[in-house]
Amino acid sequence: MNNIVGKRREPLSDTKLLMTITISIFVAMYLLAMALLGGGFLHPQQIFDMLNDNASLIIVSCGLTIVMIGGGIDISVGAVTSLVVMSCVLYLNNGGNIFVAALLAIGIGLAFGLVHGYLISYLEIQPFIVTLAGMFFARGMTTILSVNPQKVTHEGFQSLRDVKIEISWLGYTAKNGNLVPARMELGVVIAFVCLIAVFILLKYLRLGRCFYAMGGNQQSALMLGINVKRTRFLSYLMSGCLSGISGFVFMMHTGAGNATNAAGMEMNAIAAAIIGGTLLTGGVGNVAGTFFGVLTLTTIKKIVVSSGLNDPWWQNITTGGMLCFFILLQSVVLSRRNGSKKKQS
Amino acid sequence: MKEDVLLTMRHIEKRFPGVLALNDVDFTLRKGEIHALMGENGAGKSTLIKILTGVYQMDRGEVTIEGTPISIHSPQDAQNNGISTVYQEITLCPNLTVAENMFIGREDSAWIRHKDYEKRADEILEKLGIPTRGVTQLGRCSLAIQQMVAIARAVDMKCKVLILDEPTSSLDDKEVNMLFKLMRDLKAQGVGIIFVTHFLEQVYEVSDRITVLRNGELVGEYPVEQLPQVELVAKMIGKSLDELSNLGEKNEKAAEKNDVFYEAESLSSSQALPFNFKIHKGEVNGFTGLLGSGRSESVRAIFGADKINGGTVKIKGENVKITRPIDAMKHGIGYLAEDRKRDGIIAELSVRENIILALQVMNGFFKPISRSESEAFADEYIKVLNIKTASRETPVGSLSGGNQQKVILARWLLTHPDYLILDEPTRGIDVGTKLEIQKLVLKLAEDGVSVTFISSEVEEMLRTCSRLIVMRDRHVVGELKGDDLNQAQVMKTIAGGEA
Repeated sequence: MNNIVGKRREPLSDTKLLMTITISIFVAMYLLAMALLGGGFLHPQQIFDMLNDNASLIIVSCGLTIVMIGGGIDISVGAVTSLVVMSCVLYLNNGGNIFVAALLAIGIGLAFGLVHGYLISYLEIQPFIVTLAGMFFARGMTTILSVNPQKVTHEGFQSLRDVKIEISWLGYTAKNGNLVPARMELGVVIAFVCLIAVFILLKYLRLGRCFYAMGGNQQSALMLGINVKRTRFLSYLMSGCLSGISGFVFMMHTGAGNATNAAGMEMNAIAAAIIGGTLLTGGVGNVAGTFFGVLTLTTIKKIVVSSGLNDPWWQNITTGGMLCFFILLQSVVLSRRNGSKKKQS
Repeated sequence: MKEDVLLTMRHIEKRFPGVLALNDVDFTLRKGEIHALMGENGAGKSTLIKILTGVYQMDRGEVTIEGTPISIHSPQDAQNNGISTVYQEITLCPNLTVAENMFIGREDSAWIRHKDYEKRADEILEKLGIPTRGVTQLGRCSLAIQQMVAIARAVDMKCKVLILDEPTSSLDDKEVNMLFKLMRDLKAQGVGIIFVTHFLEQVYEVSDRITVLRNGELVGEYPVEQLPQVELVAKMIGKSLDELSNLGEKNEKAAEKNDVFYEAESLSSSQALPFNFKIHKGEVNGFTGLLGSGRSESVRAIFGADKINGGTVKIKGENVKITRPIDAMKHGIGYLAEDRKRDGIIAELSVRENIILALQVMNGFFKPISRSESEAFADEYIKVLNIKTASRETPVGSLSGGNQQKVILARWLLTHPDYLILDEPTRGIDVGTKLEIQKLVLKLAEDGVSVTFISSEVEEMLRTCSRLIVMRDRHVVGELKGDDLNQAQVMKTIAGGEA
């Protein structure tokens, strides 16, 4: 009996299936943009620009993916990022140390994660409401710190900001004959480190698998002997920590603090996670998908801009349309799959 | 045969607010035995199981495993003592693989080696003959396989006592046989299995011993071959405890002469097999049978509460279509659902709002019932039905079970139905209120309302109904009236033929 079963190829898991769809659509879209729009899309620098601009979005999206896999939501990530940026800018401008600034960033993020996690897991308050409160709180704090935009004047930080990783073989020859190498910021490296760390956590660590179990069926997770409260607490703690790191990376990219920094970032992060195949209902998802979700989202925006629709609302409209399309696609694919399963059994 | 006692529960008592759920119950499980735990709803079998699994704490009593007294305060404690439970609802994660479901929550290291787990899972699955693989996503397996994976997990945890709580209720015959084979294999390995089910045939197919509970008390423990099916049913249903009151004459003769109000021919739904049914004006009849015999499903089909698959329905001799509850309501049919928490009351709304709900739906939402009108209705029925509530604006959720039931009754009476279906209207309510409801049913019938009554207590049905439709395993197996309406005859029919 087992031999017959053994020969059957195992179908892709839901997570992998959704991720594969996202990656295929991203690749198809990018190739289409290269063929129809040309221009910037033909240079590898385009991809690096997308990464440079969105390193901090990638980081918060990783955090959000963890929370969403666990069946929760964290809408404070953008506001926390903004608060971290402003705090670190002010600290550095008052003669702070870069290393301490980094610790401060992570500390603020962890503090938010701690409070959110405690309220949501141990006092069992709705995550949406808790993190909504956190969002308002962080936004308010940012404005209290400074209403006016603040530029970083710290010299050591300036030089750190200017560090660019140059990859000459991916560069291109400019009109004057000089080789312009592809440039990648330090923040992208941090983003990749976070991405890989979260990937390993979710796939190979006991804690990561507990996130999936909790998101798949909370009651079952409890019966299987998982400490659901602690697991949920840790998911928000991680999201908070990653928001802190994201704030630092954001500052490295812009070099300034502004009360409206990272406005709407939480929504972009949710959109990226969903496009990448993470289900809002929990239990399904993967950070690799989220990474491609960010790329897909950014590519759409670039395409819209390159097509001459410069007004910001066009980006929003296409983002909205795209999100709708992906959610529809996901539910159609998953329900067809489950439908066919029912017929088998 | 040497009997190794594995688990004993002695003098177990458990009290819930207002109810004594278990009263001095003993239970003994031996090694390598499949022991069926039987009882109707509210008999206390699930309470007993939950004490054993650490979900509830007992108020009094003693539990021992292999002679050592143990205390169980959480599901974790139960597992550590070698007691594992597989519930009716699968308590595994459908989004994880079979292997992960078998090992999650009890890994020895923080780092997960998926390949190792899958290999170990495959070995266990093969040993137990479960046809799936460790890498498969659990959600893609059939329910039977999922159930078996849960058992495999328990077995791998070196469980001594395996509790199977209604494991077969969502399985088909083939799957049930697979499960039974697995159960017998485990029995041969010395595992003690507690089997909770309401399917009588299955009990006789696999069990060695039967313990019967009724109303929170132990009726007895019997080797399976010494307890014929009829006797088991009799022990589960029991003799009447409350022959306190005489309800007056049933006017069965009169009802027979009246016109037929409702008639269904081979009516079937997604839940109910085709059946024929009719009821006269002013008649009280009932569906009886054990839990799961299809009695609720049949009346739900009459009310259009499930998807209707076929059959013809006549009301007062005219063909009508009833496919949704609102159709039934428009034809004057009211339905009091079995599970009042899920299908009936809206706990947060007030008594008044709950009472006018059905009338409001009938009128349509664009013709609201005025405040003063609804207050008048509420006051009237609070008085008529003697509903004990602080005021008409008290949230229904804070009333006692019996009074909640009366609120729902009021809701339907307010629509002035011609035909009222009452599914377990007296479950979980005190004897006094039970009698009030029984009296009300007879009074309604006198006023020309037809009533179909369902109850787990045969005694109660015999007192109120002039005709009983008996169901077993989703089929109508008999119809009793007149002189056949007695307990012995009902039980004989429920249990199947020969006494």
